[in-house]
Amino acid sequence: MALNDPPIPGTVIFDGEMARKGYALNKMCFSFNNAANRQAFVDDEDGYCARYGLNPQQREAIRTRNVLQLLAAGGNAYYLAKFAGIFGLDMQDIGAQQTGLSKAEFKARLVAANLQPIAQTEA
Amino acid sequence: MARIIGGITTSHVPAIGGAIAKGLQQDPYWRPFFDGFTPVRQWLAETRPDTVVVVYNDHGLNFFLDQMPTFAVGAAPSYRNADEGWGIPQVPAFSGHSALSWHLIEQLVGEDFDLTSCQDMAVDHAFTLPMALLWPDQKWPVNVVPVCINTVQAPLPSAARCYALGQAIGRAVASWPGDEKVVVLGTGGLSHQLDGERAGFINKPFDLQFMDSLVTNPRWATQFNTRQLVEQAGTQGVELLMWLATRGALGEQVAELHRNYHIPISNTASGLMLLEPRG
Repeated sequence: MALNDPPIPGTVIFDGEMARKGYALNKMCFSFNNAANRQAFVDDEDGYCARYGLNPQQREAIRTRNVLQLLAAGGNAYYLAKFAGIFGLDMQDIGAQQTGLSKAEFKARLVAANLQPIAQTEA
Repeated sequence: MARIIGGITTSHVPAIGGAIAKGLQQDPYWRPFFDGFTPVRQWLAETRPDTVVVVYNDHGLNFFLDQMPTFAVGAAPSYRNADEGWGIPQVPAFSGHSALSWHLIEQLVGEDFDLTSCQDMAVDHAFTLPMALLWPDQKWPVNVVPVCINTVQAPLPSAARCYALGQAIGRAVASWPGDEKVVVLGTGGLSHQLDGERAGFINKPFDLQFMDSLVTNPRWATQFNTRQLVEQAGTQGVELLMWLATRGALGEQVAELHRNYHIPISNTASGLMLLEPRG
């Protein structure tokens, strides 16, 4: 866990430990590249999750569409984006949910990054 | 002999595909991003490259966690785009240059880069959207060699290793007996983070320093390990590894012909540079 120790606040680096923990969840999300699979999930969420062998923590995080819980259950951002795609959510929706901001507030915070002072040190 | 005539580095974000599909290039939100590419397209029209080596990171279209290569080089006759889960419009297939691909594979493995060769490979938005920004009519006038670097699952290759990979790509192109004019296109970054309570993280001072460094001190970012890069640039900002590999391919000296930097597109600080090798 050297990569995640000491932790960077609000950040988990997706390493081997997370990859093992989240394998089933990420494999299910990877399947959502296929539109027929996305529809199959919508038609029978319980059955679809069962087929991929999600553990109870992963199943609950999928049920609640909670991104922070999905990450804690081993989800990887790139694969979770495919899950979010089923619901037509964009990255500002996802960002707002994780930070507890409204979408408008989250987008305003991104724009405000323009105001960061430039570096004083020489490259 | 083949030669590298330039390096282009740019961000890639799925939302760019949505903006292209909806014709939003002149929308106030998107215009500062899309307009940045005009000088690069003019340069491409003047220099007319034959081949593009595209250094990018797959986001779970071609590779899953079952088999995750650190470095992968495409050696296919053509490369297709496909649905990545959110149904952005797909672009026409790209013609490969499999002879040059195999030359790169031979040379890179010969220099101890133990990579994965791929004779059948789908390319995702990190590949297709930068190409569509360079050639908006999507009638690709070039063939391509994909070079994919893992940024999905740590451990990632170090910044220093990616720079060295780029140097080796430069040597491999220079030793190819064809007379192709080659552009290296590196896509990813700049600072952004999609996941966690820190989502929305952008580090403008770091990005600007990084862009400067590619001109004045190209090994500057190789001082950082993966954890430090995540700290500075965000979990997905580590995609700047593609920029380092691209820069490595250009040799010691470069001229900066164009630059654009705009915050934000989607959750990302977008960067664009056009560099020419100067020996």
